[in-house]
Amino acid sequence: MRRWLAAAVAVLACNTALMCNATLAEEPAALMPGAGADVTGAYCNVCHTSDYIVMNSTFLTGDQWKAEVTKMRKAFGAPMDDATVAEISAYLAANYAVAAKP
Amino acid sequence: MIAGAGAVLAASPSMAGESTRIPAELPDGTRSIARFVNLPGKRRMLRLTGRPPNYAAPVNVFSDVITPNDRFFVRYHLDNVPSAAAMDGWSLSVSGDAVERPVQLKLSDLLDLSTHQVVSVCQCAGNRRGLIDPHVAGVQWTDGAMGCAVWRGPALKDVLNAAGVKKEAQEVWFEGADKPLMDGTPPFRKSLPMEKAMDPDTIVALTMNNAPLPLLNGYPARLIVPGWTGTYWMKHLTSIEVSTQKLNSFWMQTAYRVPAGLFPVDKPFRSQTNETTVPITELVVNALIAGPLEGDEVERSGFTITGVAWDRGAGISRVEVSLDGGANWRDALLAGSVGRYAYRRFSLQTGALRPGSYRLMCRAVSQTGEKQAERMKVNPGGYHNNVPGVVTVVVS
Ligand code: HEC
Repeated sequence: MRRWLAAAVAVLACNTALMCNATLAEEPAALMPGAGADVTGAYCNVCHTSDYIVMNSTFLTGDQWKAEVTKMRKAFGAPMDDATVAEISAYLAANYAVAAKP
Repeated sequence: MIAGAGAVLAASPSMAGESTRIPAELPDGTRSIARFVNLPGKRRMLRLTGRPPNYAAPVNVFSDVITPNDRFFVRYHLDNVPSAAAMDGWSLSVSGDAVERPVQLKLSDLLDLSTHQVVSVCQCAGNRRGLIDPHVAGVQWTDGAMGCAVWRGPALKDVLNAAGVKKEAQEVWFEGADKPLMDGTPPFRKSLPMEKAMDPDTIVALTMNNAPLPLLNGYPARLIVPGWTGTYWMKHLTSIEVSTQKLNSFWMQTAYRVPAGLFPVDKPFRSQTNETTVPITELVVNALIAGPLEGDEVERSGFTITGVAWDRGAGISRVEVSLDGGANWRDALLAGSVGRYAYRRFSLQTGALRPGSYRLMCRAVSQTGEKQAERMKVNPGGYHNNVPGVVTVVVS
């Protein structure tokens, strides 16, 4: 599945010569290493680069990240099961979140 | 040269420097990925994301009232951007339950209609989102998700009339050639109320600053909706439907909405309004200092502060400038207007100054008396940030 997603992105992104040129030079920034990094890199680098994650850090709480992941699935149709949502949300909470305000 | 606006444009002096600064107000993560890059057909833009392409203009670009095509911002939600080759043989369909006879218009058909010109600002609803404190999720835009160009093409009303508009028509629906990558993602579809669609200034642009539209700004045809946020300005326009119904689209009903009553408008978009939220439509009055740039060293003998102001089309009546972070304000000089939807250039000559650091600000008032907000009107999408920013310069 992961490999399939990555391959699909490469094919679709190169549909246009222009975007192909642009994307070749523009690998997204590396995600923080840690448990869940691979899954996140695979699932969150499809419709947009994972730069959308880095760009939106660090100011969301763990709960807000979970809401974002849920939005990607419910509103935008990201193909993820509950376990994947939980794994990615935990990774984002550990690496890209601020503490919740009391 | 741009017809009509030429004389005014020639009067604008070019700014000395290119902004090299990635604003400190942006989230740390944004600062770590943002880069100034040249992309095909564009020169030195601030890349926020490469895929989908989201690029902002550096602030010095706004020292002129017309934004060159190669410095005009790029904003896509969906990554399947069409190639120029895919637009070969392009045509535009006009259909829907409120037209007399559906038509498929070729480029030559559009060129047969009479041409209208409008000089208008195109500004992303989320412009300056990245400068909001506390930050709000979304593309973390600087000041540069906007531009002002001379747009030309047939009036939308003439395009609609080619198909014949029935009197029961309520909305006009739009779709472009940029598509989602995955089936589950809602296609980018937007609508306008009849009144705005039939406004003679709402056009289908075939040229931008007297040249074909750049691919990343909507080649070959883009909807121009003067005074309204960029989200309605459909790029790569391929389909228009005139309908007796309101459009049901994620991008109308869920995204691009603001709390009801927070941002008053002249003409509410009634068919898309509910009890708690309304679609974001008309721009709010705004102004920006384009020079000097943050951190510049300026002359003791004095220097000129320049920038642009704009609003939803009422026109700008006054711009004030402060040198001390908003404690005291002075009237700036307004240059001639190149159109009610265009940027209005302003300048202020400071006179001699003591050594020290100066916190420059500007604020505009429209012809209807609309003023910029002093504090962000908090809303979940982080839209309509028109709180005056600060540019700090040093006299040594
Ligand atoms: C099926 C497509 C799809 C997938 C897969 C996807 N996203 Fe998105 N995402 C979108 C779209 C569409 C947007 C809106 C883009 C825009 O406005 O520029 C978006 C925007 C975002 C934003 C900006 C805030 C917002 O809500 O608009 C964040 C953060 C984000 N995505 C995170 C993620 C994460 C984390 C993942 C992995 C779980 C992910 N995305 C996977 C489609 C997707």
